[in-house]
Amino acid sequence: MAAQSASPRTLFDKIWDDHIVRTDEHGTALLYIDRQLVHEVTSPQAFEGLRLAGRKPRRPEANLAVPDHNVPTSDRHLGIVDPISRLQVETLEANCREFGIQLFAMGDPRQGIVHVIGPEQGLTQPGMTVVCGDSHTSTHGAFGALAFGVGTSEVEHVLATQCLLQRKPKSMLVSVEGALGRGITAKDIVLAIIGEIGTAGGTGHVIEYAGEAISALSMEGRMTVCNMSIEAGARAGLIGIDEKTVDYLRGRPQSPTGDGFEQAADYWRSLNSDPGAEYDRVVRIDAASIRPQVTWGTSPEMVVPIDSEVPDPDAVADPVKAGSYRHALTYMGLEPLTPIAEIGIDKVFIGSCTNGRIEDLRAAAEVAKGRHIAASIKLAMVVPGSGLVKEQAEAEGLDQVFIDAGFEWRDPGCSMCLAMNADRLEPGERCASTSNRNFEGRQGQGGRTHLVSPAMAAAAAVAGRFVDVREF
Amino acid sequence: MMKAFETFRGVVMPLDRANVDTDAIIPKQFLKSIQRTGFGPNLFDEWRYLDHGEPGQDCSNRPLNPDFVLNDPRYAKAEILLTRHNFGCGSSREHAPWALDGYGFRVLIAPSFADIFRQNTIKNGLLPIVLDEQTVDALFALAGGETALEIEVDLEAQQLRPSSGEPIAFEIDAFHRHCLLNGLDDIGLTLERADEIAAYEQRRQQQAPWLFAS
Repeated sequence: MAAQSASPRTLFDKIWDDHIVRTDEHGTALLYIDRQLVHEVTSPQAFEGLRLAGRKPRRPEANLAVPDHNVPTSDRHLGIVDPISRLQVETLEANCREFGIQLFAMGDPRQGIVHVIGPEQGLTQPGMTVVCGDSHTSTHGAFGALAFGVGTSEVEHVLATQCLLQRKPKSMLVSVEGALGRGITAKDIVLAIIGEIGTAGGTGHVIEYAGEAISALSMEGRMTVCNMSIEAGARAGLIGIDEKTVDYLRGRPQSPTGDGFEQAADYWRSLNSDPGAEYDRVVRIDAASIRPQVTWGTSPEMVVPIDSEVPDPDAVADPVKAGSYRHALTYMGLEPLTPIAEIGIDKVFIGSCTNGRIEDLRAAAEVAKGRHIAASIKLAMVVPGSGLVKEQAEAEGLDQVFIDAGFEWRDPGCSMCLAMNADRLEPGERCASTSNRNFEGRQGQGGRTHLVSPAMAAAAAVAGRFVDVREF
Repeated sequence: MMKAFETFRGVVMPLDRANVDTDAIIPKQFLKSIQRTGFGPNLFDEWRYLDHGEPGQDCSNRPLNPDFVLNDPRYAKAEILLTRHNFGCGSSREHAPWALDGYGFRVLIAPSFADIFRQNTIKNGLLPIVLDEQTVDALFALAGGETALEIEVDLEAQQLRPSSGEPIAFEIDAFHRHCLLNGLDDIGLTLERADEIAAYEQRRQQQAPWLFAS
């Protein structure tokens, strides 16, 4: 009966179709990119490439740059002590000047982790294509934007042409159905999803997250879920647009203004997947079954609930997987069948593009309030995701809650998520971390990372070991 | 300008681990470089050496980890990396293919690669080849022998010809194959479409003017 015979489309289909400049004889699309975020680590060679070829950015104003990976999180008045890190940040500053790209420099109150500041500034909007030379660009999909990480060659390609050559990925729906239990957060949802589908489960796909539990999340929580799509192998994660999305964007510095905002919002609201739209793969997860998650190994898929044990490789049938488990247990210094709640920790890191937003700090502060970190904890640090998150947290008194509880309150940046600056684990140190990767050496050579939610990290800091935040 | 991929015969190094991430391929401290080259000596740094590596260091005197396959004399001249599923997962750092290329690898064989990494390898003239688990298992068995396995890689014919065993056909995206064989600079190709990009921008600006406000 429909007037149009067009078949129902997913949100991903709609954004993809809206951005095709042309399709070549091989089926490769020239895809238009609306916004690019730039940071100091993956951009110097791209700018150098432009210079060598005598090219200019096609739309400098479609880019925003910020240093985040290398910046110190303490004693900022001293500048960047490491000369190699300093040169990289100075190179970003010089490139932005030369090519006319807006930069939030280290002293700017808006400086922060690239994936925190994009949404915060209203730069990330529904229906856009957003890229960055960083795999956690998937974060921006929380706004119904098609956002994915690219390499440096593609950073250069976008600077020069505002386009990318792409094959259309497949689509996957992950529906988290029903309501979450008390004390369960967005981080637990996404870790549980990765545990279910595996770290390559989303390879070649764009994941759309849906279901009651996703709808019930705040925008911050949705960003946490989309952020770790890459840990499930998917380049991008997406969530449909609702009034929370629209309300979040109203009044942001780079959001449309006045009538333009309402015009944009009408378009945004049209961007959800149509009823009956088909996906290449569908995964359904019962929200009520999700418990607080803790990773035990060196891949994010090596994750179990807090009230269980480290697995036994001998019980794993697949020899490649059993081998990976043995490697991981050796590296992590863990014995099979150790209860997670008996694993003691040395350091705690609360922050990152996964969990460095205001809601994350509130959740951690609620647990830390009136308590103190255990005597065995060498360092517990809270690193806000941006200067504006830091200001907000200080206005709410969260900084004092953390300081009173024995945490260090730092300046914004990527920090110990990947330890490119001075914040790192020493060999053998074990960390409860709200970041996204537990790879070998990720937080410092020989360091042992366990990924958890902010509330679980704060509880672990107080107890000196992993504890179930629901009983805390 | 990317170099054109030509048929060659190379030694296969077997790296028998799944989910090798880009942090392992090139650790973060080397990402502070603002150059595209010079990463080869730090490929797999934490597995390859027994000490802690820092950028700018002379690697020729560092203690080698004798248990790591890269240091096995059989594979000293390896140009083909054979590995397990989801190779290159994690960070989008293009420094990973730069390090593999800098070391001398030209072809990677695995049951699967992470998406961003695979894209980055092709941009740098490296050829990622996906083969089914069974074929990869068989190659691991051959590559672990006393004499290193050699394979002739023919992208034109989409065929691998191992020094022992039957030829193996492989699939690759037609556009990627075209770019690799011709060493094409895809920014140059895209810039030839500047008129179409401008027409798209004009059309899009009518529909969604806020995307172009600045």
